[in-house]
Amino acid sequence: MMGIFRRGVLPVLIAAFALPALAQERSITVASTTSTEQSGLFGHILPIFTREAGIAVRVVALGTGQALDVGRRGDADVVFVHDRAAEERFVTEGFGGPRRHVMFNDFVITGPAADPARIAGLGDTAEALRRIAATRAPFISRGDRSGTHAAELRLWQLAGIDPGSGRGQWYREVGQGMGPALNTAAAQGAYILADRATWLSFRNRQDQRILIGGDTRLFNQYGVMLVNAQRHPHVKAADGQRFIDWLLSPAGQAAIASYRINGEQLFFPNADKPEPVS
Amino acid sequence: MGDLASAFRTALGLILSLDPAVLAIVTLSLRVSLSALVLAALIGLPMGALLAVARFPGRGSVITLINALMGLPPVVAGLLIYLLLSRSGPLGSFGLLFTPSAMIIAQAVLITPILAALTRQVLEGMWEEYAEQLRSFGAGPWRAVPTLLWDGRFMLLTVLLAGFGRAAAEVGAVMVVGGNIEGFTRVMTTAIALETSKGDLPLALALGVVLMAIVLGVNALAQGVRGIAARWAG
Amino acid sequence: MRTPDSILPLRTEGLAFSAGGVEILCDVSLTITAGAPTLLIGANGAGKSVLLRLLHGLLKPSAGRVFWSCPAEHAARRQAMVFQRPVLLRRSVLGNTLYPMILAGVARGEREARAAEALALVGLADRAADPARKLSVGQQQRLALARAAALQPELLFLDEPSASLDPAATRAVEEIVLKLAARGTKIVMTTHDLAQARRLAGDILFLHRGSVLEQAPAEAFFRQPASATARAFLRGELVW
Repeated sequence: MMGIFRRGVLPVLIAAFALPALAQERSITVASTTSTEQSGLFGHILPIFTREAGIAVRVVALGTGQALDVGRRGDADVVFVHDRAAEERFVTEGFGGPRRHVMFNDFVITGPAADPARIAGLGDTAEALRRIAATRAPFISRGDRSGTHAAELRLWQLAGIDPGSGRGQWYREVGQGMGPALNTAAAQGAYILADRATWLSFRNRQDQRILIGGDTRLFNQYGVMLVNAQRHPHVKAADGQRFIDWLLSPAGQAAIASYRINGEQLFFPNADKPEPVS
Repeated sequence: MGDLASAFRTALGLILSLDPAVLAIVTLSLRVSLSALVLAALIGLPMGALLAVARFPGRGSVITLINALMGLPPVVAGLLIYLLLSRSGPLGSFGLLFTPSAMIIAQAVLITPILAALTRQVLEGMWEEYAEQLRSFGAGPWRAVPTLLWDGRFMLLTVLLAGFGRAAAEVGAVMVVGGNIEGFTRVMTTAIALETSKGDLPLALALGVVLMAIVLGVNALAQGVRGIAARWAG
Repeated sequence: MRTPDSILPLRTEGLAFSAGGVEILCDVSLTITAGAPTLLIGANGAGKSVLLRLLHGLLKPSAGRVFWSCPAEHAARRQAMVFQRPVLLRRSVLGNTLYPMILAGVARGEREARAAEALALVGLADRAADPARKLSVGQQQRLALARAAALQPELLFLDEPSASLDPAATRAVEEIVLKLAARGTKIVMTTHDLAQARRLAGDILFLHRGSVLEQAPAEAFFRQPASATARAFLRGELVW
């Protein structure tokens, strides 16, 4: 019966082990955000880049804070996120850079059609947040150190409100990505700050709709940085830089502009213009 | 209800049309989980067999530890392996983080204690039964290990299937160490989590149906094997 | 079967065994020589099974020693034991017969021949491919005997081999035992069945409360036991 083992089982074991041996392909790892990944932008532009450059791009989609941490640890070659203050800290601390601005989109506040806080159509985001807090209408926060979370906290500050006082009651932090947070908001009939791109590609809306949008304070800038190869020698600096250069090039910018859902453009390239001060 | 029904229809369509994206994800899942199973079996089965036959100081503590590790939360295992495999971690130079290899390691770490603990349980009873007879034949505990592994082969196959089921259904650890990279480390469970978060329920459901079919198939297989085991166990 | 360095006679000196503070055997000194079967008889709890296990080396004596007529390693390879409840491996009938020979290092071709012969001896040749544990209890015990016989031991210990069997199966076991004895295998067997002892024994070891009270040729023992206890035992009285 040991013969059976040698003849039958062993080759299977060896085959099973040999399987994970991966074909070596030229690739870089990009730590980015759930919004760029889940909106489908990467699915649209990365094949174009790979075709041109022969470099596969592997995207790990996390919140901006986590994505920057992945870069700090040297586990990605490029970081592509949307929280300017955090990005500048990343560069100052010497983890990577220089930071280049690539594109923007905007945030929206969505909520239930019934709109219990009566914010629909308000031009002023701060006023809308004050009304939500005043009526103690449920509000879902990402609560995950993402770029969207950081933007939301800035907006509360702007409105002069500490949402922490309503934590666990009307202010609910889910600690998850944009999609799960939207799922939660839809299920609970709550308000939420979302990036427009993820909102547009989100399918499970139920009766959620955009109530606030277009305010200049809802502007959402994306930046890209190469991880510091001096700190992490294995970083694929040349190929990473190639990707960044392509994003900033007319070809990359055109690819970003051409991504649409239902005819609606999700991201607006602005690498060739001075970065707006938000 | 209408949502669920239409989601199911779309799901079945994706499966029956052998959608290439679905197929690639399923293939990777099987590859990762089978490799993890082989790795875990090479460590867990002999470890369990030795624990079944050997008597040494601290044996009770080892068994308690392994039983406790059976309940190791996947995300905790994932986090530990993430820190080990990260470029800034002790094993960073291998560059394994965010690769299928990292996922194989994570699943293997999760199921090795399961395989070891179940193997010990299966073989310990058998060893109690066999010990005197085998000693009469001149076989001590060490020589008994291969005998027990062979005689317990059908029961151990069900142990392996249990390990495979757990590995294939696991999401927390592979999400953390694999990064859920499309076309590279995206497996059924992480894809389900992602598509659910995107609100794309049909695709999530399609993968869920495939995963459930695999888990059901594994369990049916285990049931059949238990039947064969009963035939030989008398 | 006799070779110059035979393991027999087997001799013990002051053999004792106690477990958990309870003395089960004390001061057993005996000699077992080649020849017709030796049967260990005595009441339940007299220490018959423990004595067999001490002789076979499955238990360590708390005092005293077992002496073989050859080096101990040789002795271990020339003896086998069959238990009251046979422990069959989860393999085929043939696989069970081959297994101890593999451990004993018998050459492959020789193993097959010996297994076939042993299975024929116990009447299980046609069941070689069946799962061993699906056999009836009687067949299982015959297989255990075949497995031991295939080792061609010089000395075979049998611990109540027919205690759990019906009369037909018991008779089959006894026939096998007599065939093995006729081939020159020394049988040392316990039984609580006096009629069986009369049928099989060449000589008798009578145990009482952990001591050997009598060792005598069977014919003499059954005609005229030396001790009052043995006489009472033969009359069927409770001698505990």
